[in-house]
Amino acid sequence: MSMQVEKFYYDNKIVRAFGYATVIFAIVGMLAGLWVAIQFYAPAASLNLAPTTFGRLRPLHTNAIIFAFVGNCIFTGVYYSLQRLCKARMFSDKLSWIHFWGWQSIIAAAAITLLLGYTTGKEYAELEWPIDIAITIIWVVFGINLFGTILKRREKHLYVAIWFYIATWVTVAMLHIVNSLEIPVSFFKSYSWYAGVQDALVQWWYGHNAVAFFLTTPILGLMYYFLPKAANRPVYSYRLSIIHFWALIFIYIWAGPHHLLYTSLPDWAQSLGTVFSIMLIAPSWGGMLNGLFTLRGAWDKVREDPVLKFMVVAVTCYGMATFEGPMLSLKNINAISHFTDWTIAHVHIGGLGWNGFMAFAMMYYLVPRMWGTKLYSKKLATNHFWLGTIGIILYAVPLYWAGFTQSLMWKAFTPEGQLKFQFLETVTNIIPMYITRSVGGALYLTGALIMAFNLYKTIRQGKFVANEEAEAAPLLREAHPKREYWHRILERKPVMMLVLSLVLVAIGGVMELIPTFLVKSNIPTIASVKPYTPLELQGRDIYIREGCYTCHSQMIRPFRDEVARYGEYSKAGEFVYDHPFQWGSKRTGPDLAREGGKYPDSWHYNHMYDPRSMSPGSIMPQYVWLLDNKLDTSSTPAKIRAMKTLGVPYPEGYDKIANSDLMKQANTIADNLKKDKIDTPPDVEIVALIAYLQRIGRDIKAEPKTQTAMK
Amino acid sequence: MKFIHYIEKISGVDIYGLVSLLIFVLFFTLMLTWVFRVDKKKIKEISEIPLH
Repeated sequence: MSMQVEKFYYDNKIVRAFGYATVIFAIVGMLAGLWVAIQFYAPAASLNLAPTTFGRLRPLHTNAIIFAFVGNCIFTGVYYSLQRLCKARMFSDKLSWIHFWGWQSIIAAAAITLLLGYTTGKEYAELEWPIDIAITIIWVVFGINLFGTILKRREKHLYVAIWFYIATWVTVAMLHIVNSLEIPVSFFKSYSWYAGVQDALVQWWYGHNAVAFFLTTPILGLMYYFLPKAANRPVYSYRLSIIHFWALIFIYIWAGPHHLLYTSLPDWAQSLGTVFSIMLIAPSWGGMLNGLFTLRGAWDKVREDPVLKFMVVAVTCYGMATFEGPMLSLKNINAISHFTDWTIAHVHIGGLGWNGFMAFAMMYYLVPRMWGTKLYSKKLATNHFWLGTIGIILYAVPLYWAGFTQSLMWKAFTPEGQLKFQFLETVTNIIPMYITRSVGGALYLTGALIMAFNLYKTIRQGKFVANEEAEAAPLLREAHPKREYWHRILERKPVMMLVLSLVLVAIGGVMELIPTFLVKSNIPTIASVKPYTPLELQGRDIYIREGCYTCHSQMIRPFRDEVARYGEYSKAGEFVYDHPFQWGSKRTGPDLAREGGKYPDSWHYNHMYDPRSMSPGSIMPQYVWLLDNKLDTSSTPAKIRAMKTLGVPYPEGYDKIANSDLMKQANTIADNLKKDKIDTPPDVEIVALIAYLQRIGRDIKAEPKTQTAMK
Repeated sequence: MKFIHYIEKISGVDIYGLVSLLIFVLFFTLMLTWVFRVDKKKIKEISEIPLH
């Protein structure tokens, strides 16, 4: 069979653009991370400015690392490998550049809005609705370009890396759309469509699968392409990679509820999450071993080549994190680990080890090749490798220690049956671990800076090949061979692949979400739980704006120590008006689910002005601006109307009179403060925040005792 | 639109478990069957795509 070979060119320019963005945002994201890490032991590092305070800077760090650094890394790798695996240039250069500039604009908009306090208050999905829409559009542009390229390919078969890209694209689209359903109140403020338990379930279905389908599957695609490339040998077992793929995407989607163990989420959903999390070990380790075994008999190359060094540690960290994840999903281990720094250590094994090191390996591989030269300094790359590796250890080990210690201290009782430690004692005790962690982070960042220098020098000594020449025969529509297995047919039909992936990931979501939404007995209602007053609602929005949920949970688990420390454990019915839910995932400060009525108004006022005046040794930042900022009451009617649309039972026409109720309550609080010699106008933000804090968790106390005991 | 609980209680909830298990077993049986039946030469060819 003879056919004309076609000559064509791979587009390296777009790869270069995404590559530059990867390196820049790696450094930006890590700097933000280091800054928030320092605030743990030096609260003054918040500079007493709203934009640089932990609650706003931490979402900036997580978003920058996930969507800017890893996001650009994914696109770099996909745009490079997809063209070569398909033996075709990208479908449309124009779409490539719309994708690039669109994504960078989204990042810029995210950075600005997060620092200004525009947030939905849902972790890793903090961006407000106009940006959510922009993400959707740009994601579709990427999708068209991805599928366009696949459809015009010159290679018959779709290599497994492409399957991972397809699954990533379709699942991220589904997760993003479902979790971002929100009702706009103004241009940069919205409320989550879901409330309380339902919101929590959707959020962690999203949050967990953002880890799965943004931080894992695309990077696995990159692993299946770049690891064989760098080692110059095919992957250990292609059969295993097929099993890895289908098992991973099938199982991952179910595991979300393991983020909500011992919470008010119905028990059956928690168990489902645990079971599937344990099963995840199999495909994850299959993938890890497949990666490592690819290097069998080639370990001498690992000693020489920095690219392979980074990959080996990356894949090992993937294995560690995916073993630890299922372990943390066991209820007895989760009871210790949850809400502590253990979780932070766990995600950084994944983030620093798996994502970071894969990105570095890829950059060290790509730059010399695209500039037709050798890496400027192997020695610097090796130094980077060691700084990074030691950085990861210095980061994670102290935090494991901190998490374990703190949790045991929380749970300690004296022989008399009293809690042994104040919450604050458990925090000050682990400050040395926080310091060590930031040293680890600083080393890791230093390594990244060395890489940037090394890549810069490499680029300077080479000459960029913007359009790389290649040749291949076009794909012919051939008659089907006599024995054709159905999967191979599937392999040739990317659209079918897309549909089947979507069906697979949708099953898990549907099975989990539908019963929680439709079945009443899953969320028992509590008659005494009432909607927030307008002032409390405004205060709650300030709580969300300042990112209080990044350090404070609102979820008392049914443990002896938590009930003794915070009060009665949280019930599903208490959160039915919480759009969005604010359960949180980390307790750097104490739980606030029963904060209402614990302290006088004046305590909160002084505590917000200077936390250390009320609790010496506290590491909470100062919120001085809340004392002066005028409360924006012009938004009250729109907020009440939005809540009404979402089913919160405010009386008809309440939006028109809400502000007069708001002022009444504000005046009462201002009068209260005056009694404690604090002179403040009633229309400042701190008053609204106090109103909210004094309300949290109180409704249930009005419930007749016998009934609460039954539920 | 509001999220109302349309159903008071879920009756015959066991069917959910059974169906899930069935889908799960069926899916993996099918997948494993073809993975091990698929032609060796073809697999080798595909796995070498990145190296060309």
